Amino acid sequence: MELLSGAEMVIRALRDEGVQHIYGYPGGALLHVYDAIFQQDEVQHVLVRHEQAATHMADAYARATGKAGVALVTSGPGATNAVTGIATAYMDSIPMVVITGQVMSFLIGEDAFQETDMIGISRPVVKHSFSVQRPEDIPSIIKKAFHIAQTGRPGPVVVDIPKDMTTPTERYEYEYPKNVKMRSYNPVSRGHSGQIKKAVDLLLGAKRPVIYSGGGIIMGDAHVELTELARSLNVPVTNTLMGLGGYPGTDRQFVGMLGMHGSYEANMVMHHADVVLAIGARFDDRVTNGVDKFCPTAKIIHVDIDPASISKTITADIPIVGPARDIIKEMIQLVKGAKTGPDAEAAKQWWQQIDEWRARHGGRFDINEGGLMKPQQVIEMLSKVTNGDAYVCSDVGQHQMFAAQYYKFNQPKRWINSGGLGTMGFGLPAAMGVKMNFPDAHVACVTGEGSIQMNIQELSTCQQYDIPVKIICLNNQSLGMVRQWQDMNYESRHSQSYMKSLPDFVKLAESYGHVGMKVDKYADLEGAMTEAFAMTDRLVFMDIAVDPFEHVYPMQVPRGAMRDMWLSKTERT
Amino acid sequence: MRHIISVLLENEPGALSRVVGLFSQRNFNIETLTVAATDDGTLSRMTVTTLGSDKVVEQITKQLNKLIDVVKVVDLTEGEHIERELMMIKLKANSSAAREEIKRTADIFRGQVIDATPNTFTVQLVGSSDKLDAFINALSGASLLEVVRSGVSGIARGEKVLSL
Repeated sequence: MELLSGAEMVIRALRDEGVQHIYGYPGGALLHVYDAIFQQDEVQHVLVRHEQAATHMADAYARATGKAGVALVTSGPGATNAVTGIATAYMDSIPMVVITGQVMSFLIGEDAFQETDMIGISRPVVKHSFSVQRPEDIPSIIKKAFHIAQTGRPGPVVVDIPKDMTTPTERYEYEYPKNVKMRSYNPVSRGHSGQIKKAVDLLLGAKRPVIYSGGGIIMGDAHVELTELARSLNVPVTNTLMGLGGYPGTDRQFVGMLGMHGSYEANMVMHHADVVLAIGARFDDRVTNGVDKFCPTAKIIHVDIDPASISKTITADIPIVGPARDIIKEMIQLVKGAKTGPDAEAAKQWWQQIDEWRARHGGRFDINEGGLMKPQQVIEMLSKVTNGDAYVCSDVGQHQMFAAQYYKFNQPKRWINSGGLGTMGFGLPAAMGVKMNFPDAHVACVTGEGSIQMNIQELSTCQQYDIPVKIICLNNQSLGMVRQWQDMNYESRHSQSYMKSLPDFVKLAESYGHVGMKVDKYADLEGAMTEAFAMTDRLVFMDIAVDPFEHVYPMQVPRGAMRDMWLSKTERT
Repeated sequence: MRHIISVLLENEPGALSRVVGLFSQRNFNIETLTVAATDDGTLSRMTVTTLGSDKVVEQITKQLNKLIDVVKVVDLTEGEHIERELMMIKLKANSSAAREEIKRTADIFRGQVIDATPNTFTVQLVGSSDKLDAFINALSGASLLEVVRSGVSGIARGEKVLSL
């Protein structure tokens, strides 16, 4: 058997796990590991400019591929800088393995240089964490880390490695385990057949059913099955922010996103439904609005891989724990075999009602003739120029909601955003993580002048590794979502939401060797954007001036029912 | 309602902090917590008593089960069970009347005087938390110097066993 040092085992284990890229930043505690990286060429290391970006790159890789991404950061500040990225992945159930350096084991607890208790600091935002106590455990710990990150409800796993576990001169027999067996970790592998049968009976008897699906469809690779089930039942489908792309966005049965900034029709459908089939979604507060008024006439069927998500906020009438795809497959078989199909007359009336709701709002917005562009127009143009086929990696704020509302995602894993934690600064590194792994795809970072500045140093990483993403910066010179809330709830007192002293983004991009474009007029937008995407080998930063007074609508009235919404600055349901 | 939750967890460094952290992170209440290794050196047994509605306790057991280090979770209060807590209580006992009174009360509760000085008695008492509370109340005439309680340990009645 081959003898390897702890440092070599770390990299070899990653190789044996099929990892091609790791994103990271070196430091004292990791010097042995970085030396091992230098002496091989199978696992490529990408040097970021800030550890947070490394975690977002690994996270976005996972969102786009379904496989765990890997970040490597040193002890102390390296580890704490990674915490925001770990929390981002945790909130959205994204598989990720974060390897953190640690001071030598005999120094732990002595407040050594660059020491921090990473296991402690990260504990509330990881699925699990390991602290390496013996170098020979490294292969099995890394195997377990990937297994835990990628199975059940996915999530980030931290592996903390004290420096003396990686000493180059101490060698151990290396063998990467083929299987993992853990007595305390056995995710549910199939749904309860009796519950599935009950759910299908309820759906077939429903008069106003709806499917509400979330990120579980995306990570659970269940979009094909979801589409088949929805069509066989002829029911409307709404997606959460995390679930966009899980059902074709241009399909007639799709009623849009639901929740705080959901479509009018999606929220009306939810409010009036008699049966709600929730799959891979967790009844988040941004979805339910006031829980006491949520879906007053509906029976709730809740399918989720995580038993703790069921009946956490909204009590499920029929809970089903298990993987979405297998459960939906079983549902499809039962629908096919049913003696009587869905009530055709009820369906006709339900769809008639839904079409009326669609006609009332339908995502309309006013345009400023001859004035500043509306952000919605930019997203619609992005959708047009990229044929609705781009990876859209979003930052956080108004632009994120506009992208979710106006870019029509027909495929899963194309919409990459920080939904749960709402991490500004996510967009650019996320786009980089996707582009490095899908070099031929269109990859757009939809951002604002606020968010982009939270990780703008990564323009340097893009230069070093030739990562030609397209940055679509909706520049409204203000923290738009904060400003919107201040308009609506604080009599327009814009406390700290105005962005003074913005850089010249065009020159900034150029200083990193990229292309910068400034667009002020809608008339120039299509030409400029087409040109930007035609430059397939260049990063293009599009600084697009948009109306700073625009709000995101619909917007639910706080603590109201699903149907209680503002539809514009003056119109309420 | 008060629940007694028994947890078998891996006897690994950090496992306890994951459980305790979960309670504070999720805003769950802990009344008492005890933990020690079992006959199987790889396993620890923890008993947590908590106050909460059925919905909250259901979340607690589900969230505990999600922790990778947790092997098994049982809500003992769902079935017949036995709970015991140990208390050591130090009392001022500097007159013969006080000494008599404390001894008599301890006898009634089947407590034992386990240490004595000319001025103090230390009494040991084992029982349910209610019994321990009652003993403290019964001694309200005497002056308490110090109270140490172990927290609740619990086990199911009959042949039900919480093991691997």
